Amino acid sequence: MQELTADAAIELRGIDKSFGSVHAVRGVSVRIERGSITGIVGENGAGKSTLMSILYGLYRADAGEILVDGRPVEMASPRDAIGHGIGMVHQHFMLVDSFTVLENLVLGAEGGALLARGLAAARTELARLARDYGLTVDPDARVADLSVGEQQRVEILKVLLRGARILILDEPSAVLTPQETDRLLQILRVLRDRGVTVVLITHKLREILAVTEKVIVMRRGEVVAERRTADTNAEDLAELMVGRKVRFDLDKAPARKGETLLAARHLSLVDGRGVRLLDDISLEVKAGEIVGIAGVSGNGQTELLQVLSGIRPPSGGEFEACGRKVDATHPVDPAEMRDLGVAHVPEDRLRQGLVPAFLASETSILGYQDREPFCHNYILDGPAVGKYCADLMERFDVRPRTPGLLSSSFSGGNQQKLILAREMARDPKVLLVGQPTRGVDIGAIEFIRRELVRSRDAGCAVLVVSVELEEILSLADRILVMFAGRIVGEVAAGQADERTLGLMMAGARAA
Amino acid sequence: MSALRRPLPGWVEIGLLPLANIALAFLVVSVIVAIIGVDPLHALRLLVLGALGSSESIGYTLYYATNFIFTGLAVAVAFHAGLFNIGGEGQAYIGGLGCGLAVLALDRYLPGLLMIPLAILASAAFGAAWAAIPAWMQAWRGSHIVITTIMFNFVASALMVYLMVNVLIAPGSMTPQSRGFGASAQVPSMQAALQWIGIAVAPSALNLSLLLALLSCVGVWIFLWHTPWGYGLRTMGHNPEAALYAGTNLKRTTMLAMCLSGALAGGVAVNELLGVHHRLVLDFAAGYGFTGIAVALMGRGHPLGIVLAALLFGALQQGGAELAFESPRITREMVVVIQGLVILFSGALVHLPRPWLQALFARRG
Amino acid sequence: MEEALSLVTATLAATLRVATPLVLCAMGGLFSEKSGILDVGLEGKMLMAAFFAAATASLTGSAWMGVGAAILAAEVLALLHGFACITHRGNQVVSGIAINILAMGLTVVLGAAWFGRGGQTPPLTGTERLNPIFFPVAGDNILVYGALLAVPFTWWLIARTRFGLRLRAVGEVPLAVDAAGISVSWLRYRAVLLCGLFAGLAGAYLSIAQNAGFSRDMTAGQGFIALAAIIFGRWRPVPAFGACLAFGLLDAIAIRLQGVRLPGVGEVPVQLIQAMPYLLTLFLLAGFIGRTVAPKAAGVPYEKEP
Repeated sequence: MQELTADAAIELRGIDKSFGSVHAVRGVSVRIERGSITGIVGENGAGKSTLMSILYGLYRADAGEILVDGRPVEMASPRDAIGHGIGMVHQHFMLVDSFTVLENLVLGAEGGALLARGLAAARTELARLARDYGLTVDPDARVADLSVGEQQRVEILKVLLRGARILILDEPSAVLTPQETDRLLQILRVLRDRGVTVVLITHKLREILAVTEKVIVMRRGEVVAERRTADTNAEDLAELMVGRKVRFDLDKAPARKGETLLAARHLSLVDGRGVRLLDDISLEVKAGEIVGIAGVSGNGQTELLQVLSGIRPPSGGEFEACGRKVDATHPVDPAEMRDLGVAHVPEDRLRQGLVPAFLASETSILGYQDREPFCHNYILDGPAVGKYCADLMERFDVRPRTPGLLSSSFSGGNQQKLILAREMARDPKVLLVGQPTRGVDIGAIEFIRRELVRSRDAGCAVLVVSVELEEILSLADRILVMFAGRIVGEVAAGQADERTLGLMMAGARAA
Repeated sequence: MSALRRPLPGWVEIGLLPLANIALAFLVVSVIVAIIGVDPLHALRLLVLGALGSSESIGYTLYYATNFIFTGLAVAVAFHAGLFNIGGEGQAYIGGLGCGLAVLALDRYLPGLLMIPLAILASAAFGAAWAAIPAWMQAWRGSHIVITTIMFNFVASALMVYLMVNVLIAPGSMTPQSRGFGASAQVPSMQAALQWIGIAVAPSALNLSLLLALLSCVGVWIFLWHTPWGYGLRTMGHNPEAALYAGTNLKRTTMLAMCLSGALAGGVAVNELLGVHHRLVLDFAAGYGFTGIAVALMGRGHPLGIVLAALLFGALQQGGAELAFESPRITREMVVVIQGLVILFSGALVHLPRPWLQALFARRG
Repeated sequence: MEEALSLVTATLAATLRVATPLVLCAMGGLFSEKSGILDVGLEGKMLMAAFFAAATASLTGSAWMGVGAAILAAEVLALLHGFACITHRGNQVVSGIAINILAMGLTVVLGAAWFGRGGQTPPLTGTERLNPIFFPVAGDNILVYGALLAVPFTWWLIARTRFGLRLRAVGEVPLAVDAAGISVSWLRYRAVLLCGLFAGLAGAYLSIAQNAGFSRDMTAGQGFIALAAIIFGRWRPVPAFGACLAFGLLDAIAIRLQGVRLPGVGEVPVQLIQAMPYLLTLFLLAGFIGRTVAPKAAGVPYEKEP
């Protein structure tokens, strides 16, 4: 036992962490072997990032201890972690765009009040790292001019320059092209061969299988399995990752499909930096069915909803909603989409779905404020809005039933019910729903799902985007899986099993 | 540090916090008054007496308040849209140009019933136009509206000096001011108006522009809280993403908010030029635009609050003048000091008393 | 010929005289804005400093005491700005405006109470002023040279030192600075204090070097012209210095052109030349003369993620 501890670079014992009522990490014990690449996989919210943030000193664990090189240590801040030779490459880079690579590298470790010496030393060190690890970056290039892959290399270099022997990477490939990802994996192999310990947090099984020695699978804040990579395969891991999903019994009748109300053909969206956020998306939603879009967050679902609801125009391809064709040259705005009968429950209710500082009654007409019966002759009818809001609250069981209360004073579940009520009350033909039950209490979850099914049965075409696979499985009549901006598979609800879906979500298989 | 933003009971938030902010400002003021060797309580008595002691002083208080209502509303409307318009000063000034041009061109031909509304419209239109340029720069070119409106204040000032000295100056006049407005372009003084219905008050600068200011309050209240445009404007101010989601055009709403703001600032010209000076003069808007920021902050952006804050600042302005007259050690710039402190404590340091109030009311929650 | 030469040197000297407070103020503002703290209150700091410089010089008879008092006065306002914007994460523009208005009022109130001259300080003479060193006509007092030195100093501090690197970083990505284990607040406080130092010197120059005493509102918008110069110089010391000189030259020309008819153009309105710094900056901001790149985090209070 003593020996085992000795060759572990890091050991976590009984780590426990809660955020309010959310139990994010539950008594996790993990050993990271020295000079190896360890993968940590899991769905959104499995607790992997939280666990690593604890190790890096960003959060403090409620219980448990951290051992580095066999000795218990205190991780009060990233400073401590850096002191113990731990470095972290965050998903969102912490680089100053207007600085050169060299300036970014020395920030916080300048080696004296004057820069010249520190910069020169860093330049020498950089040359050595380039030689040893094949990590080549032009030291005098401005970070803003570098590709995302190169920027990530700067982040890795930053960590190595500070003498880190243990490197944590949080979803490093989320922003990379496939070629850049291959390059990254190659770099990680070299680092390992030179004795660096690497921890790779990801949901992409391809990467796990390509470079790791050991895989730790997390689910709902717990470690559910540890495997030698050589002894496992994608199917096994996908199943472990996703687990047996408990399906809510929704008493759902089979869908009675009608005409196609929403159809997208070869939709694409390219951002200002040329990154393809949506790539050749084609889909159809018919009246009377719920189509679910499954996927790990950040694979283009947010952008898909933005395009389909008229918030962002597509860069290529087209879509048709309730008879209106939309493409890059014929954009549409969200108000017109509402006129057409397309309602949208946004993913992020606090930032998009409501205005926290508005009264509940005001929130209940957001997006419909210039329509009858709320507005006649350009004047809002306060009493009518209040009464309408009270009606919505009654029908959708929003508590407390006080239209005059600030939207921010309702619980997450009740806010969501209010938004859902607003969007469903006008009997839309198409309903776009993002993360219908994120951060919503159990009671409200069931209610919201039932309402979505009721809407479907009333002949509405419903498109649900959710990172909760269990939600997709219980709601959807058809399931599409998104990965890296593309739709990588379609499964009918009856034939869906977690393993296939898990594989698709992890980019390991296209159907 | 997240405790800083913990919610307080509603009445504390709306009622007590602003009062605490004002109290802090006045605490510092009384220290300053004491430093220059005057008993603060004595000064306060003189100030209150000077502001409210006679029907003449009340008239002047209300006359100053009229300006503050206009500029306070102007700042508030932009603020509700998430825009910080510090150009009220320049917009009021250019509003005066519009007013003056309309009157100088037409006062010989039009009766008062046409001339005055037209001059009011011209003030509003010129004020709005002057605000429209920075609004356009913000919406389409991404220029920071704070910086641009500051610059536009200076440009307005230079432009007006040029026009007054070279173009609009009355022939033969030694000071840069236009010829006097005709009788048809003069807003009746409150004294005359009240006399007409049989009430006698002392003469003062107060004129019927006060009614226009109060009407503007009602108008702004209706617009912001009872029209779909006002709704969209407030949505943008609180949460631009939600406004996009709701289908509000952010660029157009920016223009709308700023133009309305500029038009309201133009109201100062009505009060000053049509109501008091009866000619176009230099620097008639000086200081009112900036005080509008204090008024809007203190009034929490609500027309009712703005009226109350404007009354306070009107009283300070008038009482301060009287105080300076009575007490030689104090000048009327004391009012400017108070304005600065109010902006500081109810604007930048608005959260300062929050932890204390939280400690007081924590047990309630 | 000789006349033309003396006209040129006179104009250059006038330019430098007018530009000195702008340069000092702009260098101060650069530190603050580079760190991510907008400073609309340069004008107020300079005004307050000008008042205390003249008041102290008049009371003590020493110009140097005046300079010290000016710096102290500006630093008090700088700390107030820091307290509101860094510690309390208040609105930086509101705080700056409050400081301007406060200074506008307080200088006159205190001046009237202490000297009873309607807000002015008594006229300063002899050692109460900073006097020209080499050329009495040109007005080359020590602060003029100070301003000329301030530019390379600012450049050096920002470009070549650890403090400068961190300062630039905290104005762009405060999170990166925080992640590197450096205190965002302390860094920004130091920047704001440097700003106060330079604004203090600028104020002292106005009242005890360029002029012989304080008069109300004597800054007359120069703090804002300095702000415009910072924008025009795209937040870099040397170009900002160039902008200050250009604005100073405009001012010097404006004085010379008063009432002069130019062949072919006619009389150029003085007001147009005076408004030029603002107009040029507006054109720049509208993107007609290339893009401006303000420090990305400027105006945004830094809050740690929960």
